[in-house]
Amino acid sequence: MHRRGDGAAFAHTAGPQSWKPFLHRPRVKLWDADRTGEGFEVRDQAPDPPRYAFLGVRPCDLRAIAVQDRVLMGGRDVDPDYRARRQGAFIIAVNCTEPGETCFCVSMGTGPEAGPGYDLAFTELVDDDGPRYVVDIGTEAGAAVMADVPSGAAAGADVERARAEVRAAADRMGREMPALGLRDLMAENLDSPRWDDVAERCLSCGNCTMVCPTCFCTKVTDTTDLTGDHAERWQLWDSCFDLDFSHLHGGNVRASAKSRYRQWLTHKLGTWHDQFGSSGCVGCGRCVVWCPVGIDLTAEVAALRAEAP
Amino acid sequence: MRPTLAVWKFASCDGCQLTLLDCEDELLALTGRIEIAHFLEATAAVGEGPYDVSLVEGSVTTPEDLERIRHVRAISRKLITIGACANAGGVQALRNFADVREFASVVYASPEYIETLADSTPIAAHVPVDFELHGCPIDRRQLLEVLSAHLTGRKPDVPAHSVCFECKNRGNVCVMVAHGTPCLGPVTHAGCGAICPAYGRGCYGCFGPTPNWSGARPNTRALLPWLDMTEDETERVLSTFNVSAFREEPGGGPEESGDDPPQ
Repeated sequence: MHRRGDGAAFAHTAGPQSWKPFLHRPRVKLWDADRTGEGFEVRDQAPDPPRYAFLGVRPCDLRAIAVQDRVLMGGRDVDPDYRARRQGAFIIAVNCTEPGETCFCVSMGTGPEAGPGYDLAFTELVDDDGPRYVVDIGTEAGAAVMADVPSGAAAGADVERARAEVRAAADRMGREMPALGLRDLMAENLDSPRWDDVAERCLSCGNCTMVCPTCFCTKVTDTTDLTGDHAERWQLWDSCFDLDFSHLHGGNVRASAKSRYRQWLTHKLGTWHDQFGSSGCVGCGRCVVWCPVGIDLTAEVAALRAEAP
Repeated sequence: MRPTLAVWKFASCDGCQLTLLDCEDELLALTGRIEIAHFLEATAAVGEGPYDVSLVEGSVTTPEDLERIRHVRAISRKLITIGACANAGGVQALRNFADVREFASVVYASPEYIETLADSTPIAAHVPVDFELHGCPIDRRQLLEVLSAHLTGRKPDVPAHSVCFECKNRGNVCVMVAHGTPCLGPVTHAGCGAICPAYGRGCYGCFGPTPNWSGARPNTRALLPWLDMTEDETERVLSTFNVSAFREEPGGGPEESGDDPPQ
C-alpha cells in the first residue's frame, strides 16, 4: 500500500470490511421475554434503525448490496432488520480508477463502473489543484442532494475523461476469474483432488465468509439470565466454516475442512445461481486479502479448471 | 431448595476460581438461585455434599489428585472443568515433554519430599466431564452463561469456532494480515471476545485449540509458516497454557484428507 501524492480522496480499493455490518448486523436481538404471573410476556424487537448515508461505495460492494437485497428481502422470507436499514440507506458510489492486486470485478461483471442501485455515483478526476468529481445521478433523492451542492453541468470533455479513466481501470485488475461456466465447473468437480489440496492449507477459521460482502448466513441463539425470569433471542452471523454450522441430529455432516471449503466455494460460485439467479461473488477480493494463509479463490478455481477431466 | 455449587482446586493458579468472585454485579443474583456450598477460596464454611454442580479448576499432577478427582466426581451431579489447566493440563504440562525428576531436583532443596506424577493431565483423562469451559483464565460472561444455562436446563451458548469470529464481530482489523503480527487466533477457541487483537496484539492461544474434524485438533501446521517466526519463537508460542493440546497436533498434521467420516 502506498499514499498517492495527488490529494485523491477515493484512490483506495476495497477496505477490510464491506458495508455488510451496517445493513446485515453481526448481532440482532429478535425478541425478549419476561416471566409474568401467568406465563411469559414476549416483546418483539421492532426495528428502529439509524438512517445511513454510505459514502464511497465501490461498484463491487454496490452489487454485493443488490445480492443481499435479493437474499434478505427479495423473496418470501424477509429479514425485517435488514429491510428497515436498507430502505433508509442513501448510497453514494464511487467508480474505480485505481484497482488493487486482488481485484477482479471485471471478471464478475460488477465493475469498475457502478451498476444500478446508487443514489449518486462519483468519478474522481484529479488535477494539479486537487480532485473534482463527475457525478451520475441515480435517483430523485440523489438529485435533491445535488441541488444543495455547489455544482454545474459537467463539461463534455470531463465526462469523456471520467469514462475513459474507469474504462482504463478495467485493464488493470490484479486478478481474474473467468465467470463463464463457473456454475457447471463447481457442479461437475465435487470429487476433484483439488479440494484435498486446499484442505491441507485451510484453517477453517471463517475469515473469508465474514469479510465476504454477500455471505449472509445466520444462526439463532436463546439466552436466559441467572434469575430465569428473563429470556432473549438473538440472530448472529454464522459461517459454513464453523463446525457447528452443519450440526444435525447425530453429528456434523460437514466435519472436514475439505467439505466446508467445498461447500463455501460451490455455493458462492455455483448453486448461488440456482438459488438466487446470480453469482454470489462480486470480485471484491476480500476473501483473498484477509485469509490468514493466503488462500486465493481465483487460484483455486483456475486449478479446478486445469484439473477438470 | 436451591441447587448447590462446589468449587474445587487441583494444580492451578486460582485465577479461574477468582473469576467467580469477579462476578461482583451478579453474585447476589447467583447466590439467590444457587447455594455456594463448597468454595474454599471464598469461605472456610463448607456445606455437605453431594453437590449439584462442581466447578473443577486445575490439572491432575499428584497421586493424591488421582484419588481426589474420583471423589469429586462421585459427589457431583454435574462436573464442569474450568480453564486451561483442567482442560489441557496447563503450563505445568511442559513436564510431559521433559523429565519431571530433573525439574524437581533443580527447583527444590530436598526433592525427595516431592511426590509428583510424570505428567500433568486434564481432568477428562480421569473422570467423565460434563462440560469444558476454556480460557486462561476463563471468561466471566461465559462462566455466568454456563451456570445460567444449567439452572434453566438448556445448552450453554459457548461457540467452539475460532477467535477470528470474535474479531470480525467486533470490527477488529486483522493484526496478522494488516500488520504481520503473529496471531494464533485462526486456530484458537473463541470465548475471550478477541481481547488481544482488539489492542493490537496477536492471540497467544490461551483458550486452546478450536475443535475440528470431530474433536481432533485444528490445522495449526498450515498456519505456522505464515506467522513469520523463528523455530524457537514458534516452539515458545505453542508451549504456554495449552501446551499439551497444541502439541498433540504437529506429528499428525491435518486429518482432513478424506471425506467426512461416518457418524
